[in-house]
Amino acid sequence: MDGAVLSLVPVWTFLLGLTVFYYVLFDGFDLGVGILYGFAPREDWRELVMNSVAPIWDGNETWLVLGGLGLLAVFPVAYAIIIPAVYFPILIMLLALVFRGVAFEFRFRRPAMRRFWNNSFFVGSMVATFAQGVVLGTFIQGFEVKGRVFSGTSLDWVTPFAMMTGVALMFGYGLLGAGWLIIKTEDGLQHWARKAGQVCLVGTALAIVAVSVWTPLIDPFVARRWFTWPNIGLLIPVPVLTAALTFAEWFILRSKAEFLPFLGGIGLFLLSYCGIVVSLWPMIVPFHYSIAQAASSESTQAFLLIGTLFLLPIILGYTAWSYWVFRGKVRGDLGYH
Amino acid sequence: MTLDPLILSRLQWAWVIAWHILLPAFTVGLAAYIAVLEGLYFLTGRDIWFRISGFWTRIFAVSFGMGVVSGIIMPFQFGTNWSRFSDSTANIISPLMAYEGFMAFALEATFLGILLFARKLVPPWAHFGAAIMVAIGTLFSSFWILATNSWMQTPSGYQIIDGRFFPRSWTDIIFSPSFPFRLAHNDTAFFVTTGFVVLGVGAWLVRRNRSPEEGRMMMRMALNLLIVLVPLQIYLGDLHGDNTYAYQPVKVAAMEGLWDTAGPMPWAVFAIPLQDEQRNIYELHIPHLGSLLLDHSWNGTVKGLKEWPRDQQPPVWPVFFAFRIMVGIGLLMLLVAIVGWALRLAGRLYDTGWFLVLCQWFAPAGFIAVLMGWTVTEVGRQPWTVYGLLRTADSVTPSLTGGDVLASLLLYGIVYLVMYPAGIAYMAGIVRNGVAAADDPGAIESGRPPQPFQTAPGEPG
Ligand code: HDD
Ligand code: HEM
Ligand code: HEM
Repeated sequence: MDGAVLSLVPVWTFLLGLTVFYYVLFDGFDLGVGILYGFAPREDWRELVMNSVAPIWDGNETWLVLGGLGLLAVFPVAYAIIIPAVYFPILIMLLALVFRGVAFEFRFRRPAMRRFWNNSFFVGSMVATFAQGVVLGTFIQGFEVKGRVFSGTSLDWVTPFAMMTGVALMFGYGLLGAGWLIIKTEDGLQHWARKAGQVCLVGTALAIVAVSVWTPLIDPFVARRWFTWPNIGLLIPVPVLTAALTFAEWFILRSKAEFLPFLGGIGLFLLSYCGIVVSLWPMIVPFHYSIAQAASSESTQAFLLIGTLFLLPIILGYTAWSYWVFRGKVRGDLGYH
Repeated sequence: MTLDPLILSRLQWAWVIAWHILLPAFTVGLAAYIAVLEGLYFLTGRDIWFRISGFWTRIFAVSFGMGVVSGIIMPFQFGTNWSRFSDSTANIISPLMAYEGFMAFALEATFLGILLFARKLVPPWAHFGAAIMVAIGTLFSSFWILATNSWMQTPSGYQIIDGRFFPRSWTDIIFSPSFPFRLAHNDTAFFVTTGFVVLGVGAWLVRRNRSPEEGRMMMRMALNLLIVLVPLQIYLGDLHGDNTYAYQPVKVAAMEGLWDTAGPMPWAVFAIPLQDEQRNIYELHIPHLGSLLLDHSWNGTVKGLKEWPRDQQPPVWPVFFAFRIMVGIGLLMLLVAIVGWALRLAGRLYDTGWFLVLCQWFAPAGFIAVLMGWTVTEVGRQPWTVYGLLRTADSVTPSLTGGDVLASLLLYGIVYLVMYPAGIAYMAGIVRNGVAAADDPGAIESGRPPQPFQTAPGEPG
């Protein structure tokens, strides 16, 4: 795959990166809403919390499929190595998403089972998020590989680091979820969401620090990347901006702003995402396959790109329209039953 | 006994896909039906269309939610359990599935939100438009996933380098030889399946006098569809079989339980195929019919399974019986459609009690036929994942142990056995409640009270 004059790999890397990031933000906030749901102190608030994502969660989750299939299409060998390595986290995530997803429909139908499905919305959101964090942690740590296949065991993901990233992501998604709720709700519930957001922010900040310290310690590759000259000079804005934004977000959450908390959360995710990309670049299977080595055939990438460039704007267009249709606050006076 | 990750992975795949396929089999047809009802309401403004549409939309919401969550599990199976298959075929099949995601899933999921929640938030034409988009999305879905599957059945347009497939011609890949037939037969099956559900539910509503007017309308609409589509489906099945005979003759030999090459070939109505002994017992057959159906001649020769080495034969008995059950159901469906029309023309459709009960009994028939058809297709393809080129045994993820897969299989087992009965019970509950009157708030937003959302116009969202 190397030596091609006009390689599509950079384009696809960018598009795939964008897809994954879109998923993390959008399903991130709605999983986060699911997590906060379990902590909301009042029944009527919980209804509003759930309703705030009811019409859009399905569209958001679709990006998980797009991300998965995108990885398969663009870096097949990475898909074939990474997914088996996280066999159980993926399994747990999928099953948790089942419970969480059907809860939206099932909970209306029979009062007796309502509690069960309500809990399954909360627990499902939490477990799915944790599992995604574990996948992330395992990915950062790298995999055992022989040739084109994963050669470790199905329990390699059980490490302190991966557990930590699992918990970290719960706080991160919680922060995004709180940002969303601040936009969609008012009065008491909004106030509560701000409080919850602050808790999540503290957790997120601690997690960012932990990952930033821990990763270079376990990976000489990452340490070299960050702490050698001139890299250190070029990269220093990333941690500085992250720290600044974290402090800003704290005050934003305590202010009256309705949109900024969500945007601040997005900013923190973007910076963390950049941090991870910097650490691992250009590896797609740390530390065995680079993006160039793992790429699918030129023809595959070209064939998919044509349609994607055409369809992506359309998808984003109608998605934006649907968010527009459902704009405004969720209200209690006209809620569900 | 050691646990074999291959066998367990196969079981797991069969388990999750079989549950998943039930939902597309229903939602593809139902989405189109709802779009038609919404269209009729939009054009005529008659309340009855609105009520029927609301009723089915409530059911659709539940089944679609289940379809989505069971569907999201599917592509990950390729990675978790079939990683060698993924690595080897990704250059070819991944864009097809990615297009499914881009063209279908994104469309369905987004417009579903509008269809379910936004009747009051968007103008009527936009709501009708959303119904059409959802229906189109489900059809795109079947287009791309069947292109993928058909390529695995009858691969074309590829080249193999170092054990991996590379594309040569995308038109040949998408339109592989079996694709047009599979697409036509499969999507017609989905419409037929939905048709029988609508017919059965309509019959129940009439019989119980719950919402008789709507029930009669549903029965009429379903019979109109079925009298055309059931014969068409049988004809398409015959064409599909001819195509399979041309490209996968060993699958056809398994479908017919034919061990020795025969000309003329009799058609076994019943038999018990014994793979180990390479023969049938208790065979009951009709002379010449096999030649007639497959070779379209009185004495034509048809190749038997023994022409292939044992390690290239599919498991025979599941294919043999599944095929007979599917065909049997197809013929019975035709009978039901014809009798229904006869009663209708005689003006006795709605008060012939036994027929109404029969319609109820036939509500699940399509699902069984679909499962059986897919069993023929997939088990008949064994021992290959890509027919003739990549063995199932070489497709499985090498790092998995039997214990790993047993654990995941058990979990999938438990979760599906909780989710599906619950979903089916909820849908049955919706049916039992009958078609609500249009002024009942319950009817308005897919079974939800008026609006989950109250927008405050002017406020930014
Ligand atoms: C309502 C459902 C239904 C009904 C009534 C029938 N089928 Fe079918 N059949 C399917 C639903 C289906 C299916 C589930 O949709 C399959 C699986 C794969 C496919 O494309 O369609 C299928 C596959 C399938 C195949 C497998 C071909 C292959 O994949 O290699 C053959 C030969 C037939 N059918 C033939 C028939 C015949 C002769 C029928 C006459 C009565 C018939 N089917 C009725
Ligand atoms: C349409 C897209 C489909 C694709 C891409 C696909 C792909 C595959 C693959 C990769 C296998 C090999 C693994 C194995 O042997 O278990 C397989 C086998 C199988 N598939 Fe499918 N399949 C599709 C649809 C279906 C449907 C709709 C059903 C049934 C309802 C089905 C039922 C099976 C069964 C039962 C096997 C196992 C056969 C055996 O092991 O003997 N498949 N399929
Ligand atoms: C004949 C076989 C299949 C057909 C016709 C089909 C069709 C559909 C349809 C219409 C949906 C929409 C939701 C629903 O109502 O169920 C859906 C969902 C889904 N299917 Fe399948 N499917 C098939 C097999 C598969 C296979 C083998 C895969 C794995 C690659 C798959 C992956 C998915 C995914 C990921 C979703 C969820 C989409 C979302 O996020 O909204 N399907 N499928």
